[in-house]
Amino acid sequence: MNRYLSEGSDWDFELLARYDEAIADLAHNKYGLDTYPNQIEVISSEQMMDAYSSVGMPVGYNHWSFGKQFVEVEGRYRRGQMGLAYEIVINSDPCIAYLREENSITMQALVIAHASYGHNSFFKNNYLFKTWTDASSIIDYLVFARHYIAECEMRHGVTAVEETLDSCHALMNYGVDRYKRPSPISAIEEKRRQREREASLQKQVSELWRTFPQMQPAIQQRQEDDTFPSEPQENLLYFLEKNAPLLKPWQREIIRIVRKMAQYFYPQRQTKVMNEGWACLWHYTLLNDLYDNGLVTDGFMLEFLQNHSQVIYQPPFTAPYYSGMNPYALGFNMFQDIRRICEHPDDEDREWFPDIAGSDWLKTVKFAMESFKDESFIQQFLSPRLIRYFKFFQIDDDERNDYVEVAAIHNEQGYRRVRDSLAEQYNLSIQEPNIQIVRANIHGDRALTLRHQRSSGRPLDDDSAREVLRHLHRLWKFDVHLESVENGSVVSHYSMPPAPVPTSSS
Amino acid sequence: MSYIIDRRLNDKRKSTVNRQRFLRRYRKHIREAVNDAVNRRSIQDMEQGERINIPRKDLSEPIFHHGPGGQRSIVHPGNKEFHQGDRILRPEGGGGQGSGDGQASNQGEGEDAFAFEIDKQEFLNFLFEDLELPNLVKRHLEGAQTFQTKHGGIVSQGMPAKINIVRSMRQASMRRRALTAATRRRIRDLKAEREALLKQDQSPQRQARLQALEEQLARLERRLERIPFLDTVDLRFNHHVKVPVPVSRAVMFCIMDVSGSMNQDMKDLAKRFFLLLYLFLQRNYEKIEVVFIRHHTSAKEVSEEEFFYSRETGGTIVSSALKLTRDIINERYPVAEWNIYAAQASDGDNWNDDSPSCAKLIEEELLPKLQYFSYVEVMPRAHQALWDHYQTIMKKHPAAFSMAQIDEPGEIYPVFRRLFKKRMEDA
Repeated sequence: MNRYLSEGSDWDFELLARYDEAIADLAHNKYGLDTYPNQIEVISSEQMMDAYSSVGMPVGYNHWSFGKQFVEVEGRYRRGQMGLAYEIVINSDPCIAYLREENSITMQALVIAHASYGHNSFFKNNYLFKTWTDASSIIDYLVFARHYIAECEMRHGVTAVEETLDSCHALMNYGVDRYKRPSPISAIEEKRRQREREASLQKQVSELWRTFPQMQPAIQQRQEDDTFPSEPQENLLYFLEKNAPLLKPWQREIIRIVRKMAQYFYPQRQTKVMNEGWACLWHYTLLNDLYDNGLVTDGFMLEFLQNHSQVIYQPPFTAPYYSGMNPYALGFNMFQDIRRICEHPDDEDREWFPDIAGSDWLKTVKFAMESFKDESFIQQFLSPRLIRYFKFFQIDDDERNDYVEVAAIHNEQGYRRVRDSLAEQYNLSIQEPNIQIVRANIHGDRALTLRHQRSSGRPLDDDSAREVLRHLHRLWKFDVHLESVENGSVVSHYSMPPAPVPTSSS
Repeated sequence: MSYIIDRRLNDKRKSTVNRQRFLRRYRKHIREAVNDAVNRRSIQDMEQGERINIPRKDLSEPIFHHGPGGQRSIVHPGNKEFHQGDRILRPEGGGGQGSGDGQASNQGEGEDAFAFEIDKQEFLNFLFEDLELPNLVKRHLEGAQTFQTKHGGIVSQGMPAKINIVRSMRQASMRRRALTAATRRRIRDLKAEREALLKQDQSPQRQARLQALEEQLARLERRLERIPFLDTVDLRFNHHVKVPVPVSRAVMFCIMDVSGSMNQDMKDLAKRFFLLLYLFLQRNYEKIEVVFIRHHTSAKEVSEEEFFYSRETGGTIVSSALKLTRDIINERYPVAEWNIYAAQASDGDNWNDDSPSCAKLIEEELLPKLQYFSYVEVMPRAHQALWDHYQTIMKKHPAAFSMAQIDEPGEIYPVFRRLFKKRMEDA
């Protein structure tokens, strides 16, 4: 008498529920994973394409760029150039996971374990997500945003709204508070506050630009120290929302919506490796447990393992389809390796990881999942053994030389350098140019000045910088300057509208 | 606890609006592609979608990012041959084998074109954007001689044969509930009181109270019964309205000169023009018939195949074709039932004495019956007599008659657009 949950590859809803129950039992009772309630939705591949092009969100405002994405995905899918993901999962409470109807029952089980228990527990417990996102209100907020933007389109025309959104999207990566925590609010609250803001904001801004300073003693004071803002501002969108002189209230609200979206996605951009690694760890562990408990067949397991190994495959850099690190591969192997270090440490591990070698693996991986982002996670937990496994090597590329140099490889002298360098690769604040607003000349020509702080001599991409500046100018509406600074001196200068006589250039 | 939901039946086309926004934004590119397609395609596959290519740089959504240059370190997996300190010549373009470079400098998007498909419907939409069939509205009203009876909602008055039973009964039920609500509530209360009394010990007061209750209940029950089951105010009737059915049939006369002076290229031009007109009419009418008439010195109705491909030579008498058109209209296409369009293509050669009679024929016998007559001259040389005579017609009947000259394939579509451009005075 076997206890198999199913034999064969077809699925139905009852079977999904049985698998979900079995997986949930293991996840919650055996491993103590803390998750949001799950909402598992089965969708067709067309709907999956829709989901792709709205960054996975179930509702979103309308914009041509989502249409572009849809058209591209649809075209490539139709021509057979790409497959669609087996699932999409949303950081919300309840945690929504989309499953494709074409999946076999094995894939559905894998996906449920991966998304509904792996990603789900990551969303709920990782410190970045806890700090930056509010899972319970995101869907509400998306609904609010969609309606608000649709309303704006009716009141002010599709083109005007589209232009504003274009400009906001160009600055989206600079719409994030990196250090301050935003407070979560609900949709109703948001709506009420939006009305209040609309009324009061315009007033404040006019106040700021008041042309008779003698009537406003407070403003006169500000004129004396003459630097506004008093500190450089990293959140460009926030600064524009609050201080751009000529924006309409609805435009400020749109900036705010884009800013909120950027903020919401910020943790996901910082935890790709960990998030996927964690989810892979759990689909692997949970499905193996199902097999060990005699709940699934050998055939199920073979299909699962084949898919699993595809997902976590890391092609070497010489492979024609190599496109950088596979976050699934790196993340999964790191979590598995932490488990190994805890359960079966060798001398090397004891030397490198004295704190965790031999400790309770479950506690340790949970601690790792909760308290790090990609950069610090790699810095903390990438072991020499894994560096050897991946055969990592570091290339230094200095434009002053006509060669590139192999700076470190997977050997005793190289471990730390490779690890540092790989961690840096996942550090968004290094990967993205460091650009801040340093001066808004509110008493003169209202020109806005931004500063790009160069690191390691890496310049901005000229064309895109000019384009983005144009968008910035559209929102600020007065002259915008961008200085690229290295070691305290300006290396290159961009202006919008472009300066009539070219100033210094690099 | 998990909720498992089947969403497959939900709307699939969530992205439709976004897709349309995208098409709208890149209208210029798509229009160009459509324009090219018209001139490139053969007649048979005109009615298809089209692949649109847009250069990547036009589509880019710019963000701040690093350009090439400076110092950077990259970690790659899969080292086989390198040792620390190895130096490798930097490959140009970041492509080559064993370079280890390439990824970081590759942030910009490739220059290849962004390609996608628009379907047949969208293709035709772009093709005929801003175009309009002249005099379409006028004929709709004029030709409205057939009527159709349509359901026009529910009304409270009508003849017994049209009673809507379900709606009447629903109305009656609502009325009964509304009118009896208070009484029924009272009965419920009284019954509850009686139940309570019956549980008490027997006493004279109780008997008296029970007596009173019974009487009250009986009175209330009678009142309930007096509410009619169905009242005249409940009656609802189906309402029917007569709506005029616009004539949705059109016939298109393709008239072509096949005399010796028309060579294959000219015929091809004419053919493309006819085709565009046919597609365009198809979008406006449910049913289209096409009559092909070709002529040299005498006119003949022919099949499509023969019209375009058979070769004949001879002189040219244009009026023969116009007469044949008139006869066919009189015989087969009563003006009241058909929208009639005619398009004539010719190299402008005509037997000299014939041109005045052509003008007369068109003006007096054809134009009153036609929606629109368009004439294209497929000839690069100077105009001849026919053109001049036609021009006087155009001056007199600008709404129903138009003419243009086409020299080469590239001009067909622009000319077509000019002929059928939306006109304000027609609206």
